[in-house]
Amino acid sequence: MNPHFLEIKSLAKRFPAKQGELTVFEDVSFGIEKGEFVCIIGHSGCGKSTILNVLAGLDAPSDGEVLMAGKEVRGPALERGIVFQNYSLLPWRSALSNVMFGVAARWPGWSKTRVREHSLKYLHMVGLKDGAEQRKPAQLSGGMRQRVAIARAFAIEPKLLLLDEPFGALDALTRGTIQDELLKICAETHQTVFMITHDVDEAILLADRILLMTNGPQARIAESVRVSIERPRERGSIVHDPGYYPIRTHLVDFLVSRSHGLSGSANSGAPGSGHQGPPRIVDPAEAARGASSLGSPSNAIGNAVSNRPSHAIGKGPSNAVSHSTSNANGATDDRSVESGPLLRAVNL
Amino acid sequence: MLKSDSWRAVIVSVSLLVIFLGLWQLSTPAPQAEEALSEYELLMGGADQEARVPSPSEIIGLAISELSNPFYDAGPNDKGIGIQLGWSLYRVLTGFGLAALIALPLGFLIGMSPMMYKALNPFIQVLKPISPLAWMPLALFIIKDSETSSIFVIFICSIWPMLINTAFGVAGVRKDWVNVARTHELGPMQTAFQVILPAAAPTILTGMRISIGIAWLVIVAAEMLVGGTGIGYYVWNEWNNLDLTSVIFSILMIGVVGMLLDLALASATRLVTYQE
Ligand SMILES: Nc1ncnc2c1ncn2[C@@H]1O[C@H](COP(=O)(O)OP(=O)(O)O)[C@@H](O)[C@H]1O
Ligand SMILES: [Mg+2]
Repeated sequence: MNPHFLEIKSLAKRFPAKQGELTVFEDVSFGIEKGEFVCIIGHSGCGKSTILNVLAGLDAPSDGEVLMAGKEVRGPALERGIVFQNYSLLPWRSALSNVMFGVAARWPGWSKTRVREHSLKYLHMVGLKDGAEQRKPAQLSGGMRQRVAIARAFAIEPKLLLLDEPFGALDALTRGTIQDELLKICAETHQTVFMITHDVDEAILLADRILLMTNGPQARIAESVRVSIERPRERGSIVHDPGYYPIRTHLVDFLVSRSHGLSGSANSGAPGSGHQGPPRIVDPAEAARGASSLGSPSNAIGNAVSNRPSHAIGKGPSNAVSHSTSNANGATDDRSVESGPLLRAVNL
Repeated sequence: MLKSDSWRAVIVSVSLLVIFLGLWQLSTPAPQAEEALSEYELLMGGADQEARVPSPSEIIGLAISELSNPFYDAGPNDKGIGIQLGWSLYRVLTGFGLAALIALPLGFLIGMSPMMYKALNPFIQVLKPISPLAWMPLALFIIKDSETSSIFVIFICSIWPMLINTAFGVAGVRKDWVNVARTHELGPMQTAFQVILPAAAPTILTGMRISIGIAWLVIVAAEMLVGGTGIGYYVWNEWNNLDLTSVIFSILMIGVVGMLLDLALASATRLVTYQE
């Protein structure tokens, strides 16, 4: 197997606790290819941010290693751009100056004019213009601040972009437009992205692959869900893709009923808990296509969104097929209504 | 609305001042008509030796004559108010500047390193509450120069607020911002000047503002002790002359200069203050 562009090998993070230590996650292994957009979903507190900080080099892992293009990640570097949930713009600098800060750090030899022009280009790319460039972060709306943070991260042209719930604090409308912009920019730049989100729809819209993380402590990555929906994608039309609801249901089902049972602490003796290496690959959309061509809509509705006991792990692809068959009856519109409250329950 | 409010405030201030000055003026009896001086009075240097609180009009008269020629120099005991204030300002600014040179880097160090904070904290806690004037005898003995000693006293009194506020401000810089510096591969110096300094600047300048206020309080007392020049010496000298008009005038001048120093640092603080 070719080495991946980004290789995460049996990563673990432990913090000293009152008694012994707290293992936030362990045995986390996965890879990311160049140009791939990977999202990670998991309940709050399972250790997503901790993983991202390790990837960024801001935090050292307790075990395991991170390789980027074959080189070990040992500290923060300009080849990895980061956008945090709380924007982390420097409040005493204007929007433009915040981006220029990054650009000047990335290319110390550049003239001020060149730094400025480069920064402006990226600010315009995320839709910041008409004087907003000169305003301080405090005078910008949350959405605009996050645009500045994204512009700063893109402007340094990193090899890997790390996003930690970048839209978590935004209202739905703003989030939608910035998602569109991110989609557009990523399509143009073929940026490699690793993004944390708790929004299932956001993950499906943006990602090529979605990693599902079990609850902590001793969290691990249970599945790698392929989002086989053609690009270019659009927020409005993606829900009509036949693959959309199978994927969505799979993700929601995982978050609602399976994520807990799979954590290392919940079943330390059970089969499957000793599971090592990369997470199981699941492709609900593809499985749904296969199933619908087989034509078995009989046992359709029912367990799509309902709480099923955790019988998932270790069953391999067959599970994915049977699981997704239930959604393949084309009743997508009904279900989108149905899953509304459920999604809200998940979006804690 | 706001504008009319501030106008009203001005009107209230002015009326309070007029009422206060008016009552003061009325309560001070006019100086008695000049009588022939007794021989004793002549020996003692004139009738003015009868100490009494002067009226506001006398003070205003003195202020006009002093301020119209603030820099005259007629010997060691008769210098213009401008010269005296200039000496005091020179000592305050020198001592304050030296203190800043030490306190800011040291405060940075303490703020950045919890170990250094723990190591230096006991010294700071013991030295901080010492009245700056208590250092004067030691300073005079070691330095053997009254001029430098008063600068030293200013130095020692203005160092603590600056040191503590700098350490506090630096330690309180949001971790996110430090991480921004780290992810942009800034070196320690760049991080200090581009991220930590601007982030902590409002706190640091607040410390400097407290320091300069204390320094201006202390310089008056220090100059009363060592004498020679300066506004503190001037006040004490006029008290010895029983010239209460000059005493009150110089008290007012001390207040005005202190206010200007504070205003200067307040506006500097405003320059570096940011909204989160
Ligand atoms: N410095 C730390 N010391 C102790 N525990 C920590 C520390 N940082 C994070 N944790 C714990 O690690 C877990 C994962 O945190 P985090 O990565 O922020 O979760 P997520 O981003 O998935 O919501 C949490 O339970 C948190 O309490
Ligand atoms: Mg988090």
